Amino acid sequence: MSGLLASLQFSSPYFPVIVLMAVAVGLSAGFVFLSQWVGPKRYDRTKYSEYECGVDPLTTSTVRISVKFFLVAILFLLFDLETTFLYPWAVLYRSLGLFGFVEMGVFVGILLVGLVYAWKKGALEWQ
Amino acid sequence: MTPIAMDTGALVRGLYCILPEMVVIGTAILVLLADLLLPEEGKKRLCHLSVAGVAAAILSALWLGPGKIEGFSGMIVHDGMGLFFTLTILAAALLTLMMATGYSEWEGTQKGEFYALILLSTSGMLFMAEGTDLMTVFLGLETLSIPIYCLVGFHRGRMRSLEGAMKYFLLGAFSSGFFLYGIALMYAAAGTTRIPVIASMMRDARLYGNPVFLAGIGLLLVGFAFKVSLVPFHMWTPDAYEGAPTLVTAFMGAAVKAAAFAALLRVVLLTFPAILPAMSGVLWVLAALTMTVGNFSALLQNNMKRMLAYSSIAHAGYILVGLTAGGVAGGQAVLFYVLVYAFMNLGAFGVIMLVAQREDDGYDIDNFAGIGFRYPVLGGLLSLFLVSLAGIPPTAGFVGKFYLFGAAVRSGYVGLAVLGVLNSAVSVYYYLRPVVSMYMAPAPEGIPVPRPPRSAFSFALCASAAAVLLLGVMPASALEFAERSVLSLLM
Amino acid sequence: MIEPPAYLLLSAILFGIGVVGVVARRNILIILMSVEVMLNGVNVAFVAVGSYLGDATGGIFAFMVMTVAAAEAAVGLALLIALYRIRETIDITELKVLKW
Repeated sequence: MSGLLASLQFSSPYFPVIVLMAVAVGLSAGFVFLSQWVGPKRYDRTKYSEYECGVDPLTTSTVRISVKFFLVAILFLLFDLETTFLYPWAVLYRSLGLFGFVEMGVFVGILLVGLVYAWKKGALEWQ
Repeated sequence: MTPIAMDTGALVRGLYCILPEMVVIGTAILVLLADLLLPEEGKKRLCHLSVAGVAAAILSALWLGPGKIEGFSGMIVHDGMGLFFTLTILAAALLTLMMATGYSEWEGTQKGEFYALILLSTSGMLFMAEGTDLMTVFLGLETLSIPIYCLVGFHRGRMRSLEGAMKYFLLGAFSSGFFLYGIALMYAAAGTTRIPVIASMMRDARLYGNPVFLAGIGLLLVGFAFKVSLVPFHMWTPDAYEGAPTLVTAFMGAAVKAAAFAALLRVVLLTFPAILPAMSGVLWVLAALTMTVGNFSALLQNNMKRMLAYSSIAHAGYILVGLTAGGVAGGQAVLFYVLVYAFMNLGAFGVIMLVAQREDDGYDIDNFAGIGFRYPVLGGLLSLFLVSLAGIPPTAGFVGKFYLFGAAVRSGYVGLAVLGVLNSAVSVYYYLRPVVSMYMAPAPEGIPVPRPPRSAFSFALCASAAAVLLLGVMPASALEFAERSVLSLLM
Repeated sequence: MIEPPAYLLLSAILFGIGVVGVVARRNILIILMSVEVMLNGVNVAFVAVGSYLGDATGGIFAFMVMTVAAAEAAVGLALLIALYRIRETIDITELKVLKW
C-alpha cells in the first residue's frame, strides 16, 4: 500500500503514469458531464432511430452467426493458447539441448493427435 | 548460452513414478486414433481397448509397489497412499468401462471420445491423488473435471443432460477459481506450493497467524468442498447426477470422489495438525451439515438417481467425519471407506441401469415395483448394495462406518459420531424404500423387462458384490493396507 | 517499484469483480467471462509474488492457469452452443428442468 502512495510523489518513475491516468479520467468524465449539461435535448422519432441520418436499416443488427464459426473459434482458442508454451521454449532452446527437443516433440505430437482427430471428424469442413 | 544441466536419472525416476498415468493417457490417445480407423460396427473394440489399458495401468501400479518414489523434483510422489488411491480409482474406472460394454449399446455412447474422455479424466484423478504440490493437485483437478463436464453433457439432445452439465460446469469453474486463489494466497504467504514444505513451515508456527495464509487455506477448502459436494457447496450435485448418463453418474460418485478426497486428505493430514483448533471446528460443522442435509433431502426423492445423488452427499459427510478425527485412525477409516463406497456406488448404479429402460423417467422408484421376485438376481444384488450403503452388517458399508465413527470417538468427537449414527438410522428409511417396493409392492401389468446384461457387465456387478461382501466379512487385510498407507504419508 | 501488497490488492479486486459477475449476472456468456476475470486476477497474484520472490514458479503457474482457462472456456462454449440449439436461450434462470 505504501508503494502505491509513494508513486504519488514526483520522483517516482510511476508519477507520469499516474498523471496520465488522472488527466485521461478527468477529461473523459468531464466531456460526458459537459455534453449532458450544456447540450440541447430535443427527442423525437428520428432521434430515436438507429442511424439518425442515412438509410433505414433493413434487418436487426444482431445477425445469426453460423455454428461452424463457433467450432473454428473454439479450436483456434485451444491451439492458439498452446503456443504460449512454445515461446519460452524457443527462447531457451539452445540451453535445453536434446531434452528440450524431445519434450516439445511429445507435446506437439499430442496436439497433432488432437488436430488429426478434429480434421478427420470433419470439424474443419466449412460447408 | 550455457546448457542447463539435466539430471537424467531424476528424469527417468520421474517418468517411472507416473507410469500408471502414462499408460492411461497413452490408451486414451490410442482410442482416439483407433476411433478414426475403425468402421462403425467395430466400435465396441474401443471399449475392449480401454479395459485392457486400465488393466495394464493397474498392473503397472502394482509393479511400482508401495515404496516411496518422488518424481519431478517433488511435484508428484508415488507412495503407499498414492498406491491405495491409484488402485481404488483404477478399479472404479475398470468396472465403469466393463459396464460400458452394455450401456454404450443401449444409450448410443459407443463412440471413441466417450472412452477417451473417461480415460483422460482417470489420468487427472491419478495425478490429483499423487500430487504433492498444490499446482499438481490443481492441474489434476482440472484434467479430471473438464472431461467430466463433457461426459455429463454427452447426451446432447437430452435437455436434462445438457442442463446438468451446464450447472456442473459453471459451478465447477467458479469453484476452481476459489481453489486457485487459495493456492495463490498460500504461495504469497509461504513462498512455496509444495505441500510437505508448507507443512514443515507450519510446524515452527511462522505461518500460523498470517491472515493471508489462513484466507488461502480457507479458499482452498471451499474449492475442495465444491468438488466433494459438501453442504453448503453441494447445489450442483443432484442436477449433475440426475442429468448425466447413468454410467457417468456411477463413475463420478465412485472415482471423482476418491480423487478429491485423496488430495484433501493429503492437505489436511499434513498441514492441519498445526492449526487444528481453528480448522477442526470448521470441519465439524461441514461434516454435520453435509450428513444431515444430504440424508434429509434424500428422503424426499422419487427418482433413484437423484436419491443416490443426495446419498452421495451424505456419504461425503461421513467421510469428512473421519477427516475431522484426523491422525492415523481417521486417515485409515477414510481410505477404507472411499474404497468401499466406490464398489457400493458402482454396483447400485449398475443394477438400476439394467432395470430402468430409459433415461429420465425410467429411474422412478415405482418402476422398480415387483421386480424382486421376478428377477431374483437383480433384486438381490440391488438389495445388497443398498443395505451396504445404509451401513447394515455384514456388509462393507457397516465396517467402513464403524471405523469412521470409531476414529471420531477416539479423537474426542463423540457428538459428531452420535450425529453420524443418527443420520445412518435416517438413511435406512430411504435405502430400504426401493427394496420394499421391489419385494412387497405388486408388480404392475407390463412390468419392464430388464436389459440382458453382457458378460462383462455381469462380471463387473458380481465383482462389486463380492468386494462389498468380502470387505464386510473379512476387512482385516484392506484395513491394514490402508493403515500402512496413512503411516507412509505421515512418516 | 510497487510492492507486492499493491499487486495483491489489484488481484483481489479483479477476483472480486469476477465473483460479483458470476453471482449477479444471468447471461451464461457473461458468467463465463467473469470466471475468466477471476482466473486472471489469480494470475496477477502469481506473477507478482513470483517476481517479488525471484522465483520462476509464479510465472510458470500463470502459463498453466491460462491453458486451463482456455480449455475450460472451450468446453463451456461448446456446452453453451449445444444448449442454445435446444432451448434458444442462454439465460441461466431458464435452466429449470431439474429441481429438487
